[in-house]
Amino acid sequence: MSSGGFLQRIGRSEAANGLTMISPTAIYAILLLAAPLVTVFVYSFMADGPAGSLIADFSFANYVKIWTGKIYRAIMLRSLWVSMAVTAVTVILAYPVAYFVSFNVPPNKKALWLFLITIPFWTSYLIRVFLWKVILGYNGVINSGLLSLGIIDEPLTSLNYNVQAFVITLAHAYAPFAILPIYVALEKIDRSLLEAGQDLGESRLMTFWRVTLPLSMPGVIAAILIVFIPTIGDYVTPDLIGGGKLPMIANMIQVEMLKQNHKAMGSAIAVSAMLIVAGVTLIFLLLNRRFLKGQK
Amino acid sequence: MKFPALKTYAIVYLIFLYAPIVLLPLFAFNNSKVIAFPLSGFTTEWFQMMWNDTQLFKAVKNSLIIAVSSSVLSTCLGVFAARASTRFNFPGKGSILGLIMLPMVLPEMIVAMSLLVVLLTIGMPLSILTIIMGHLLICTPFAVAILSSAFQSLDRSLEEAAYDLGETPASTFRLIVLPLVMPGIISSLLICFTISLDEFIIAYFLGGNQTVLSVYIYGQFRFPARVPAIMALGTVLVCLSICLLSIAEFYRRRGIARTGAKDTGGFL
Repeated sequence: MSSGGFLQRIGRSEAANGLTMISPTAIYAILLLAAPLVTVFVYSFMADGPAGSLIADFSFANYVKIWTGKIYRAIMLRSLWVSMAVTAVTVILAYPVAYFVSFNVPPNKKALWLFLITIPFWTSYLIRVFLWKVILGYNGVINSGLLSLGIIDEPLTSLNYNVQAFVITLAHAYAPFAILPIYVALEKIDRSLLEAGQDLGESRLMTFWRVTLPLSMPGVIAAILIVFIPTIGDYVTPDLIGGGKLPMIANMIQVEMLKQNHKAMGSAIAVSAMLIVAGVTLIFLLLNRRFLKGQK
Repeated sequence: MKFPALKTYAIVYLIFLYAPIVLLPLFAFNNSKVIAFPLSGFTTEWFQMMWNDTQLFKAVKNSLIIAVSSSVLSTCLGVFAARASTRFNFPGKGSILGLIMLPMVLPEMIVAMSLLVVLLTIGMPLSILTIIMGHLLICTPFAVAILSSAFQSLDRSLEEAAYDLGETPASTFRLIVLPLVMPGIISSLLICFTISLDEFIIAYFLGGNQTVLSVYIYGQFRFPARVPAIMALGTVLVCLSICLLSIAEFYRRRGIARTGAKDTGGFL
């Protein structure tokens, strides 16, 4: 019958339709993302020849150099340390704000608050980073302000060109990224659970600790990942705030690839950076799964 | 449950978020070459200095070409992916979408460098076109995320009603689906435009000798005398992006009102 044929055609065409429809985007991503990443992966096992050439001599030599070399390891540890500190500071500072918007702001004003929080994020990233250099610098806004008010006699040097300055700058830059996922997770919490907690004699603080916080954990973990991943690969902040003296992974990749013209070594650093990101992501995704399981 | 101290904290936090941005107009109008307190007087000199720089206009023109093309193209790619992923089930859906969304979780330097290595290997000259290619990669995930939620809130029965009334799939898409997801398309365009305009790493490394706005700003930081003009430029940019965001927010709310969903707030 024709109706059977029709159903069959629908069944067959669902997969075909979907694949056809997604194909322009998929092909673009395969050609310009997957293929270059595979190339970098292959290059990372090759050796660097003179003048940017590559020698097809496949080995783990580049990786051994990166993971045991003192300078490389110092830079990678610095990147890891900075991004972890930024993530911790950003998420801890952001949680109360997300909590406030979700629990204390009347529903009709929530969108306004979120809008206010996201506006600074959409202004030029470069200019925001540079502004922190201007604020924290030796002759910067804080030092000159405090000097002119007579609070200090000579400029503070603990603010500028160091890892703390990176952390302040990046914690500011990624604030909305941390607030939004936590807010979404808090919004999903069934408010009657909190009342139940209090009815059963828990204090407000204990209700927060034993009900709200665990239930909002998926949002916290999303926030951690969303802040951690871009900060570990940040190029602008070490360059502008650190004056190039405290490079991080992205700066190291750029120097190897372009300044030294070592494509193989640069590729190996890029792959190592991806491995670090993937490793941290995996740890937190596993943690998230545990929290999700705990809920059921 | 209310903790009154939280409101104070939230306001202090907002001040922290806005403090650097408030400095922009303050020093853009300040009559001193040095960015430091105390303020010394009012001037519009820095805006004139900015206005008289022909390089800036060249960079803005390049940036606009790139941002318009990347936002339009990535929204088109986003429509395909979002429609496919919300409407159909097909083998490999998860991994294809994962690949498309990958640039969201990949450090930008890695995207830029891997693309650069391939472009250099195949001998393609670096130009505005290569920047657009790179920006498409990082804008498309955002377009897909925004458009997926627009397509998701679409009621399937509306489409089926159109088929029953004799419309073809193409005319149904044009007459029913497109108008309903239009707000999503507009906010995707605006957000991709803003991302592309703001993006630095890809524009810096894939642009060859073509200067775009962000690369121009970066270059100016090397000259301390040019910094006040950058403050002026920053002031103008902040005003423009607040305007764009307000428009995006307006369309997002209208879209929510139209599909009858609840306002969840935020863009992301």
